[in-house]
Amino acid sequence: MSKYLKVALISAACVTGGAAPSFAADLGLGRAALPAEIAAWDKDVSPDGTGLPVGSGSVEDGEMIFSETCASCHGEFAEGVDNWPKLAGGMDTLDHEDPTKTVGSYWPYLSTTFDYVRRSMPFGAAQTISDDDVYAMVAYILYSNDLVEEDFVLSQDNFLEVEMPNADGFIIDDRPQTEYSQFTSDTACYDNCKDSVEITMRAAVLDVTPEETSSPAPALAPAAVVETAPQEPAVEVAPLEPVDIVASFDADLAAKGEKVFKKCKACHQVGEDAKNKTGPILNGVIGAPIAHVDGFKYSKDFLAAKEQGRMWDEALLAEFLAKPKAVFKRTKMSFAGLKKDSEIASVIEYLKSVSQ
Amino acid sequence: MSDTSHDPKQGPVPSRRAFLRGAAATGAGLAAGGAAAQNAPDPLITQVQDWASGTGDGVDATPYGMPIEFESDVIRRNVEWLTADTISSINFTPIHALDGTITPQGCAFERHHSGAIELRKEDYRLMIHGLVDTPLVFTYADLERFPRVNKTFFLECAANTGMEWAGAQLNGAQFTHGMIHNMEYSGVSLRTLLDEAGLTSAGDFKDKWIYVEGADASSNGRSIPLEKALDDVMIAFKANGEALRKEHGYPVRLVVPGWEGNLWVKWLRRIEVTAQAIESREETSKYTDTLEDGTARKWTWVMDAKSVVTSPSPQAPITHGKGPLVVTGLAWSGRGAITGVDVTIDGGKTWQKARLAAAGQPMALTRFYLDIDWDGSEMFVQSRCHDDTGYVQPTKNQLRDVRGLNSVYHNNCIQTWWVKETGEAENVEVS
Ligand code: HEC
Ligand code: HEC
Repeated sequence: MSKYLKVALISAACVTGGAAPSFAADLGLGRAALPAEIAAWDKDVSPDGTGLPVGSGSVEDGEMIFSETCASCHGEFAEGVDNWPKLAGGMDTLDHEDPTKTVGSYWPYLSTTFDYVRRSMPFGAAQTISDDDVYAMVAYILYSNDLVEEDFVLSQDNFLEVEMPNADGFIIDDRPQTEYSQFTSDTACYDNCKDSVEITMRAAVLDVTPEETSSPAPALAPAAVVETAPQEPAVEVAPLEPVDIVASFDADLAAKGEKVFKKCKACHQVGEDAKNKTGPILNGVIGAPIAHVDGFKYSKDFLAAKEQGRMWDEALLAEFLAKPKAVFKRTKMSFAGLKKDSEIASVIEYLKSVSQ
Repeated sequence: MSDTSHDPKQGPVPSRRAFLRGAAATGAGLAAGGAAAQNAPDPLITQVQDWASGTGDGVDATPYGMPIEFESDVIRRNVEWLTADTISSINFTPIHALDGTITPQGCAFERHHSGAIELRKEDYRLMIHGLVDTPLVFTYADLERFPRVNKTFFLECAANTGMEWAGAQLNGAQFTHGMIHNMEYSGVSLRTLLDEAGLTSAGDFKDKWIYVEGADASSNGRSIPLEKALDDVMIAFKANGEALRKEHGYPVRLVVPGWEGNLWVKWLRRIEVTAQAIESREETSKYTDTLEDGTARKWTWVMDAKSVVTSPSPQAPITHGKGPLVVTGLAWSGRGAITGVDVTIDGGKTWQKARLAAAGQPMALTRFYLDIDWDGSEMFVQSRCHDDTGYVQPTKNQLRDVRGLNSVYHNNCIQTWWVKETGEAENVEVS
């Protein structure tokens, strides 16, 4: 490392920041990062393809994987379920009121889709998908947006050839030119600034502000922060059969399980006001039949098990939570599984405590 | 009228919020002025109260103290219908109920993309790599050995006030302007760390970037120009004197003064010096601003000057009738220091200069006050701030003229509260 440059930087800091600490030595703190460590964390992919791993995947494979691991939130055709993000559609809507921004209609670079899916999806089980499968899913998302044909195979070799419709749709922040020259203090008026003041819009008319006890359903789709449609009303759930709770119950263990349950909350709710989300309500699941919530759209595997009269006993649930797909190959629960037996035991104990 | 809410014989006083509501409804009927005549002696004065006779809690009753129960309404709140799920969601700071400028960590708003994770200091690693001379890994203990700095900055989410683009929507300063907090950070300047790794390999700094990423499942990666990184960016481990809260990135977060909150990566684990912007999801799909013709601005990092009256406001109505009234609020600018705040009570026909509680500090909240004698008639209260670049906060219509209606982020328009004769207030837009 260049001591010369370092001294230059530090003296610059001392001039500009009055309170900046001054020191001029290499502190020798930290240790060299190993290549394997950098490789493990350095996963970002840039618009020019820097960082793309070797691999490939077809629309056909992507469709299967997407349906298994992504469709529960993003829909079979990437069209989005309820409030979860839409990944396809919305072409030519950007200049409309409430534009639909998707990978197809809005995203300027394909690298972003690869980068994001590989690093952050599926929600609740990020970084569990192989690079080939990521290629396949990105190919499928392109297909859902009518940007490639159904026999398309995406790889690191043809990645940059895919044209994104909105690639030219962005400009670099131009507020200094378009706004700052207009909004200046010397234009500020203090007296006789206008003749009359009339109310043109009232928040109370919309009435979407949360109340202390309950939140009202919005009257109008808002220009929301996260750009989503209003929430669907809670799904009605048939009353549950009384469950025969396993005799032993360990409250301390259940308390630990409540913490583990955070990993499940992306998809499951429990308790009095629980609603079906991506996954079914889990009240009273222990000792209940498989697919125990009427009206929830379970996978075929689950429904078949229900037909056979199979039940969720602790042993089966433990097996399922360790590796969902090992028990039900085609389960819609896209969750990698809990790694520690202690986590499995405690979360089961917790589920017993929310059996009503 | 009798002031029964203070009568100890009435049993527990209703919650502060309920009290405010009730009082607001009858506010106009209250006697004016502070020196209203009292006919019967006040039992709170003439009778010996329990607290003046018995004893209170001993030390250690709460080894780490929480606010007293009477303040239980001063909490973060979320707007359920905004997002599919609280794990990728946002809540709001109760700015209507706070004063001064420092936001207590316990009620400072949260925004997560995949939930607030629990990361022990012992398990924490920070990697610096890319165009540096020596890629390095630091432990938390390493970070504490670098020369330390203390600085106060606001963090505002780019989506703050975003729901108001199309029209007045949410009724409360907490919901319209509460995606903001202001804390005193202790940590290390990023320049110091980059310097330890060495930047000769980076060549010319002008066209270089850093890419920063968190340890949570969303990773929330963002690209920041290297020049900004070397200017005033910090790695923080303490806020307001104590460890960061889990929800704000314990044990280490990035502090990017004046720039949108999404860049302030929590649970910071990796800094890569790069030759180009990565154009991650958070800087393309999100945090870009769609204009009227469908093109979108990107790299809109700076938060422009903005202010809001926090009281009176919909959640903080006037409960004392006409007479002396403190109008107060907050102002800030991502481009420098606040130099002045103007307040109008007539919807912008005339403006007066408010009093700043202290001179504006760069990229930190400034508190302002306007002390008036309210005549009990309806008001249209607005505030408008100026910063040291000569910028003045625009109206909603001025912003819409430039950007159209489809932007979500960077709404720094002037806010109007319609304060009625009853003292209640509502979020409105005026001509
Ligand atoms: C449990 C629900 C869930 C599942 C399953 C899921 N996602 Fe997501 N997805 C989300 C949420 C929530 C977000 C937004 C996250 C945020 O706010 O940061 C998202 C965002 C995305 C985005 C970015 C959308 C945008 O407009 O910015 C893409 C692309 C995506 N997911 C792809 C996938 C793929 C591919 C899979 C399957 C491997 C998948 N997701 C599985 C919930 C899910
Ligand atoms: C990414 C979303 C997701 C996550 C995370 C998740 N689940 Fe599920 N879970 C589902 C879905 C979807 C189903 C329905 C499965 C099917 O139909 O194949 C399900 C089914 C179940 C069932 C069976 C319910 C029934 O009615 O038969 C149990 C029990 C369960 N999950 C427990 C858990 C626990 C415990 C965790 C956390 C350790 C967890 N799940 C995490 C989505 C999820």
